[in-house]
This record gives sequence, structure tokens and C-alpha cells, in this order.
Amino acid sequence: MPLTLSTRDQEMLHGAHGEAAKIAMTIVTRMAEVSGAKELLDITGAHIDSTVYIGDAGLEFAERLARLGAKVAVPTSLNVSGLDEHHWKEWAVPSDWARQAYRQMVAYQSMGTVPTWTCAPYQTEMRPSFGQQVAWGESNAIVFANSVIGARTERYPDLFDICCAITARAPAIGLHLTENRAGQLIFRLQDIPTVLQQSDDFYPVLGHFIGKHTLDKIPIIDGLTVIPNEDHLKSFGAAAASSGGVALFHMVGITPEAQTLEAALQGNHPTQIIDIPLNQLRESRRELTHTNSTELHMVVLGSPHFSLAEFKRLAPMLRGKRKHPDVKFLVTSSRAMTQLAQKAGYLGDLESFGAQITVDTCILTSPMLPETIQNLMTNSAKFAYYTPGLLNKKIAFGSLQDCVNSAVAGRILRDESLWA
Amino acid sequence: MGLTLQGKVVIAGKAQGSALVSRDPLSFWGGYDWKTGEIIDRRHPLSGFIAKGRVLALPFTRGSSTTTAVLLEAIRAGTAPAAILTTDIDFFFALASVVADELYAAPLPLVVLTEEDFATLKTDDTVEVLSNGEVNIQR
Repeated sequence: MPLTLSTRDQEMLHGAHGEAAKIAMTIVTRMAEVSGAKELLDITGAHIDSTVYIGDAGLEFAERLARLGAKVAVPTSLNVSGLDEHHWKEWAVPSDWARQAYRQMVAYQSMGTVPTWTCAPYQTEMRPSFGQQVAWGESNAIVFANSVIGARTERYPDLFDICCAITARAPAIGLHLTENRAGQLIFRLQDIPTVLQQSDDFYPVLGHFIGKHTLDKIPIIDGLTVIPNEDHLKSFGAAAASSGGVALFHMVGITPEAQTLEAALQGNHPTQIIDIPLNQLRESRRELTHTNSTELHMVVLGSPHFSLAEFKRLAPMLRGKRKHPDVKFLVTSSRAMTQLAQKAGYLGDLESFGAQITVDTCILTSPMLPETIQNLMTNSAKFAYYTPGLLNKKIAFGSLQDCVNSAVAGRILRDESLWA
Repeated sequence: MGLTLQGKVVIAGKAQGSALVSRDPLSFWGGYDWKTGEIIDRRHPLSGFIAKGRVLALPFTRGSSTTTAVLLEAIRAGTAPAAILTTDIDFFFALASVVADELYAAPLPLVVLTEEDFATLKTDDTVEVLSNGEVNIQR
């Protein structure tokens, strides 16, 4: 069946709403046809991942839209940029690269967007509500919006998110539609000690495992004996969206569309039931470490961007301590969250510990690390997953406490007792 | 030996090249160096291979929503595969091809094969992709 367009869609397609809207609608409709949509639907929010500077093609796309007067038609947050605008000179960012990345920031800001510059827009005032139709980019944000909030977005790539924001339309496909949100695979936790489930490093490890075994399906996780907090779910989703293409998960009794197992399945039969014993999770945890050495140059926290609650948790761990002089300790977050943490009094402990904060960007999207930094440690499965390929550096994964202990000791230390 | 498969056109185009095949999905962000065309996901079986100018066969993409942007850069830089074959319509690849068409009039041919047909592909096969979705294999 061919794609049916509204009168306004057709006007846009023919240029009645300006040249930028015409390009955006052309891309939206071509992709709607590719994906077999019968119609477009209204969206009331967007999150733009295209802000990340990759190269000249992405910049040309942004500047062309901006030059043609593109304006977003719905409230729109912006993902991380390539640059910490005010602090990039303290790092190894080449100045010509910084100029290009800055041009891309300016282009997207000129379209009437909100410069949130964060990969965790769901922890800002731009957080969508249950059932809201949105067009979001950034894999960790997509999976959080769909799963933890119950907002509805497809797994939209860079460049498409902005087209949806300009037209306020998206193809009526995939996770926008109730019937496509049913869980498909069931993962059952088997005899996983509650004390391990309370540990912050349990969730990225579980997410890494589930992403790898789910790929692009919708997993249901059953058998948790604790209620994870929002940052646990954030790290879980980010991990599952890195090792797999997970855009929606259900946790029975925890996430909003999974009050019960039956609700999560929408009455369907699961295609597979997979039991997860502890030894498989141990193996997943090992996979996240990509080094044989205990040498350490830098600890990186904040992928996805650190929340206020995470700053609050970190501060007392650092109190009265000082990092090893040869190790850098970096937290990445948004400028808004950092200001809140400042006002709440959490940053004093970070400063006296010797921690640095980078805002608006991410070590994975900004060429900020010098050659001298080769061995990293993180509490993020997403960082751990992407660092070897994107940065060509060694990475070790540990809990937040492991990261702090290692930064003090000057070498990688991990508490194995919970995983034994 | 010659073999002809009939695929489904996602983005039409003609291309020819030596096949590079994996059953493991790939994220281009952190997985594809657009400056060289090398596959750089060190956990992926094709790590170290140069996909530039080859017919790349992957079931679908995984992970990052930046895959499209990386493929678009590769198309502009001339380091993209000649065509991509998948087992399902991949929105991320298709978008890069559509945007490359709109910006540079240079769409990347994309064809979907059934799982069975996909399984017959082997790395280093000589593959010709036609605008009607036909995929001719010589080995």
C-alpha cells in the first residue's frame, strides 16, 4: 500500500513551507516509503543526535539546512557536541577540528533548538512523558525514552531526527505503534545474589549480555529481586544499545509497559526463553575489559552523562582522598547538570580529589585525549564497548568504587568479591 | 561457478565488487573508519578488512545511531562500500544513501536478500548488483 500524505505534508513536500522543510519532508517521505509506512504521524518532541561532528558531509548537511532557514516545529533537545566550548583548549583537540565542530553546533542551535548538549536528555526538563510520540536519536536516549519512560520513538539515526523535528512528522512504523512494542524474548535471572543486584556494576554487565543475545529484538527481563534506580536503568540500556540494537526493553514489575509478564508480552508467546546464570554474567563482565595490564592513565565516568544523583553518590566516595598524581580522573556531564551539582555542593569533593569535569561532549566524540593516555578505566559498558575501536586505547571496566580506588592507587584495582 | 540471487531493492543502483561477508551485525560508529574504509570494531570478525569499493554483506547494523553519519562521510570521501547487502531493510544504511542522493546525487545501492540467499555469499566472491535487485555471483 502506498504512503498516504496529509495536505500539510504535501505542501511541505512541494516547498510551500520553505526550502528547508521541503528537504526535510523529502527525506522523511523517502524513508517512510523505504520502511513500508502507510502514513506519517505527529510528533511533539525531538532529540537531535546529528550534533556530533563526524566530518564534512554532516556539517554540509547541517549548514545547508541552517542557510535555508530551517526551524524546528517541536520542542527539541540537542545531543552532545564535538566540543566543550569553554575547556577544549585544555585537551588535545586540534584547533581546525574544533572550528568545524563549533560550526556544526552553531548550525543546529540556529534552528530554534534547546542547547542541552547532552546524551541524557531524559534527565533534563526536556524529558518526554508516557505515551508521547517523539523522534529521538542517540541509542542510549532512545532505549531510555521507550523503556523507562514509555515514550514512543523508533531507533532514529543521525540526520533523520532533525528532519522529523523540522516537519513535526515521523513515519508511522515500529515502536511508534503499540502492537510493535510487545516483548519478544524472555531473559530469566537465575539465582543472582541480591547483593550483586544492588551493585551499580551489575546493570551495565547485564545490559551488555542482553544486548549481545537480543540484537534488534525486544527483550523482557524477569526475575530481578531489587528495584533498580534510574541510573541503573540508564547504564543497563546504554550497554544493551551498544552490544546490540536494543531500542526497547521491558523489566517485569519495573518498567511502565511491563507491570506483569503478560502485559509485556501483549498476549503473544515469547520466541525464546533464556536463563542467565551467574557464570555467563561473569563472562560478560570479563568481555568489557580490553587490557591485560593494571597500568592506568585515566578514569572516565559519565557515559551516558552523569546525573545529579550520580554526582551525589560520587562526592562522598572522594571526600578526604586525592587521586594518584599520574592518573587523570574525568567526569563528563552536561553544563546544566554540572551547574546543579555545583549549587548542591557536590563539586567541592571532586575538586579536592583532583577530578576534572568536561561538559557538553564525550571522549568518544571529541578528539580530546593526548597520545600519552593509553590505558583507561570506566564504569560504563558503553565506553568500554566503543573505546577500543573509536579511540584505539585499552580499557578496563569496574564499579564506581573500583574506579575511585584505582584512581587513588594509580593502577587498576577491582573488587572481585561480589562476582566470585 | 555463477549464481544469480533475486533481492529486494531498498535503494536502486548498479555496483560491482569483491564481497566482504559477515553474519555479525556492525555499528559503523566505532566500527568503520570513513577516512580509510577499514572495519575497526576490534570485536567484529571483519576487523582489519578494508570495505572501500567492496560489496559489503551484513545482516543489519547494531548499536549507535551515528552509523548513518559515518556512512554518509564515507560516501562523500569515496571510502564507502560499492553496495551493501542485508537480510532486512536497514533504516540506518538507507538513510545515508537517501541523504547522499539528496546532497550529492550519489546514492549507495542497497539490496535485501533472504536469510537463505545471504547464507550463500562468501567473502571474495565477485558480486554484481543490478538496479532491479538482481545479485550475480561469480566464484
